Formats: sequence, C-alpha cells, structure tokens
Amino acid sequence: MEDREFAIQVAEILEGNCRLSAAEIAAMLEADEERVSAAIEAMEQERVIVRYGAKVDWQKLDEERKVFANITVSVTPERDYGFDKVAARIARYPEVHSLYLLSGGHDLEVVIEGDSMRHIALFVAERLAPLPGVNSTSTHFVLRIYKRDGDVLIGEERDHRLAISP
Amino acid sequence: MSDWVARHVQELPPSGLRRFFDLVSAMDDVVTLGVGEPDFATPWLFCDAMVDALASGRTSYTRSAGIPPLTEAISGYLSSRYGVQYDPATEILVTNGVSEALDVVFRAVLNPGQTAAIVEPCYVAYPACVLLAGGRLIRVETRASDGFALDPDALEAALTPDTKVLLLCYPNNPTGAVMTREQMMPIAEMAVRRDLLVISDEVYDQLVYGDHQHVCFASLPGMRERTVVLNGFSKSYAMTGLRLGYAAGPREIIEAMVKIHQYVALCPSVIAQYGALEALRNGDGEAERMRTQYSRRRPYLHRALNEIGLPCFEPKGAFYCFPSIEWTGLSSEQFATRLLTEERVAVVPGTAFGTSGQGFVRTTYATSLDSIKLAVERIAQFLKRLRAEGADGGAGP
Repeated sequence: MEDREFAIQVAEILEGNCRLSAAEIAAMLEADEERVSAAIEAMEQERVIVRYGAKVDWQKLDEERKVFANITVSVTPERDYGFDKVAARIARYPEVHSLYLLSGGHDLEVVIEGDSMRHIALFVAERLAPLPGVNSTSTHFVLRIYKRDGDVLIGEERDHRLAISP
Repeated sequence: MSDWVARHVQELPPSGLRRFFDLVSAMDDVVTLGVGEPDFATPWLFCDAMVDALASGRTSYTRSAGIPPLTEAISGYLSSRYGVQYDPATEILVTNGVSEALDVVFRAVLNPGQTAAIVEPCYVAYPACVLLAGGRLIRVETRASDGFALDPDALEAALTPDTKVLLLCYPNNPTGAVMTREQMMPIAEMAVRRDLLVISDEVYDQLVYGDHQHVCFASLPGMRERTVVLNGFSKSYAMTGLRLGYAAGPREIIEAMVKIHQYVALCPSVIAQYGALEALRNGDGEAERMRTQYSRRRPYLHRALNEIGLPCFEPKGAFYCFPSIEWTGLSSEQFATRLLTEERVAVVPGTAFGTSGQGFVRTTYATSLDSIKLAVERIAQFLKRLRAEGADGGAGP
C-alpha cells in the first residue's frame, strides 16, 4: 500500500476512534506498528490530524449548557484577498465553533457556540455584525441536534440481534 | 400418546445451536462473538426504498419467482460480476432467504433415498434440508491444515455411485475459508466425471478480503449447466431479517423449484424485494463501506486469537474466525459452555456445524471492535485459568 493510501486508512480509523493504539491499528491494517506510528506522527506534524477529542452529545449531559446557532453572513470580498481576510478575523473568536465559505445566496456560514441564546445574540450584535466587510447576518438557533458528524443522536441505537445465530 | 409428529421429523436432530442459545439467552452481560449476521443496520437507502414501496401500496402478491426488475437486476449482477448469464424470466427464482432456496432445491432434485454430499464443517441447515427432502447424506470433512478447502481426494473417496448432489459453501460459514479457482477446478472436473449436480451457496460472495477474488462456481468451465447458485441479501447488504435470497441455475431445475415455491411460499416478501432491488441498483457503496469495516476487524481478531493461544488459520472470507481449542483438552461444547458461564463470552461450539467441528469454536468479527477487544481479554483470562488447571500439562501452544 502506498504511503498516502496508508495514511488515509490510518486517518479514517482514528477519526472513528482516536483511542485506538498504534499497535491495534497496525493489527487492523496488517501493517507494522512502526509504520502506523510514523504515519500518525507525520499527520500530527502536518496538522492533518488537528487534535484528538471525544464527540459529546451535550443534550444528554446538560441541555442548557451549550447553545449553538448557525449564522449566514454576507460579506464584501476584498481585492487580492477575497473572503479570506474577513474569514480569518471571524475565525479567531473563541465563540466561533466552525466557519465555512459557501456557494449560493450567502458567503459565510458561522457556527457559534455559546452559554445562552443571549450570549450568542450579543456576540452577533457586538462582534460579528460590526466587522468591516460584513454586510448582513441571519441568525438561526439550533433547537435540537438530530445528527452530528455522522452520528445519529436521536432514538436508541441498540443491537437488536440475537446473541447466538447460525 | 398419539404419534402426531412424523417419524422423520422426530428423528431429525435439533439444531446444535438450540441448547446453547437457550443458555446464552438466560444470562446478562454477555459479550457475544456468536452472531452469524452483520452488526450494521440495513442501510437506510434500502429501507427508504422499502418504506416507499409500502407507502405506494405495494403490498400484494407478486410474480412467484420474483418481480421482473429484481430478477433482471440479479441476472445483471451475476453477469457483470462473474460473467455467467441467466435468463431473468426462467432461470432465476427469488426466495424467502437462502434458507428457502436450500429447502426447495433439495426437494426439487432429490428422489427418496438419493444421496447428497455436504462439506463439513457447514451451515447448520444443510443436513436437515437433505434429510427433510428424503435424501441421504454423505459428509466430507475438511481440515484446518488445508485451510478448510475441499480436498478433491477426500471428496472422491467419500462419493458413492449414487451420489447425485454436491453442496458447496465458499466463502464458508463457519470457518471463513475460501477456495481459489485453482482449488475449485479439480472439483468441477470431478462433478463432470461423476455427473454431479452442484449446489453452490455463495451468500458471502462479496465478503472476501486481501487479494482473494471470489469465484462463482457456475463460471467454471462446464459448470453452468450443472450448478445451482444460491445467494441472497442477508450478509453483503445487511438484510438478514428481511429474508430474501435467490437461486440461479438451469431452466429445468429452476422451473421445478418454482413449482414447489408456488405451493409453499407463493412469493417472496414484496417489501423485501423492493429493498433488494435498491441494494442491487445503488447499494455497492454501502456494501463496500461494511466490507471495509470487516476487513479491518478480521486481521485484528485473527491476530489476537493466535496471540492469546488459540491457533487459527487465516480466514479470507465471510466474517468468521474458527480457532482450534484442541490443546485445552475440552470438547467444543465444554469450552463454549465454560467460557460463557465463567467469563460471559459467547462463541459457537464447532460441533454445531458438524462432527468435524470438534476441537474448534466459531467466533465472529461482525461486531464492534470494542466488543472484540473485551471478548479477547476475557478469553485470554479463561485460557490462563485453563493453563493453571493444567489443561495442557502446563505448556499451551
């Protein structure tokens, strides 16, 4: 397997479960542990692997603790920089969970994470909307998360199979 | 007492899984490696097609042999994948799972007392289907040292002059064994020489790993006219409970099977047929997504079993590992029962799949990696205790 294809496979496995050890991943890919460790290290250095974390369903832990809003933003692009400069400025705020450049009717989608709706509303009014180049914002509060990052967060995911079958 | 139950049914041994299933069902906190079906939910793409069929009022009987678009899609699948051509109108029968296809094919081809050869260890229903059809059985054993492939010499030695049918299953349940084209060729030549009808259960055809390529038995020279291929949607497309399989073979046999199927089943589930149609038309990506997961768990479980002291040949198909437990001195049943009661891990005794399964247990990697890891830890603990008891004279493998 080529290095790039190998790295993709390691990244896929880690993205699914970052608690697996290099030895376990090596067993899954029928590869040397050293090769897996080297691939992980290289991806960490190149920030292909940005960081390791757990996917948490905050709705179950404390529904009031985290509030999310999707905000679509219309921006005037700058000569030579396009949307990058204003996007970089927005991205620096710790409240900004994710930021995407979009095609279609709006330019940017900003996902904001806050302690309350008021917190988010103030952030939009006082920080985001007044930024130079930002023409308009439209705020959509997330009322319920049904699925995130590939994981369905509603209903009970249960194994319905018989414990023994032929 | 009235003799209500037919004698041949009374004499039919219960499934080797029954007793063990009852034991497992009565226990909590069991980590199971004993399941013979995918751990993935049926892909939503297929479910959506079934919901749509239901919402569109497609709930009536269908053509007995299956809805035409499905038999056409099956014909296309066998043609494009294996280069074997079947007329969708006359040479394909859609059944309620491969189980029904097995039952019907033996009833269609065996005269009372005629003999069918089965290759053990094998799926639990094979012997029963032959016996219920009034046939007699020859059991040909395979060995771990051969990678559980069928040895032509062993087959030749076992065949009787009146043997009419040979039943094959590669990739294999319970061993995970596969057979290459080169290994299959002498079997095909023998089928011609001994005028055998081959029934080839290929329900795991898409679940092969590494460099192995599945070979459809009917694609071998001279085999199409003497092979009935059985396949279905349970394993590759995670549709076990939807019960949909099919048989493809020479018109004469398929028509005979349709005759029986019309009387006993009328038609397969219409809803499942629409799910299967979607699977064949648009399900390659979903099937590959699941296969990729199996392909990563397979070497993990295989290596882990060997490392903790259960020697296991490398399975290249299905989703099973079939390790030897011979050194423990326990029978397969004893090993599985003690492992279950002492460590809460369920595996299936190899003897559930025939006497040649003695000394082995079936484990599956159709379960999450976390479950596999936990099960392996517990099995290792169990083996440590067995060694301390002196099961192997203190040596172990």
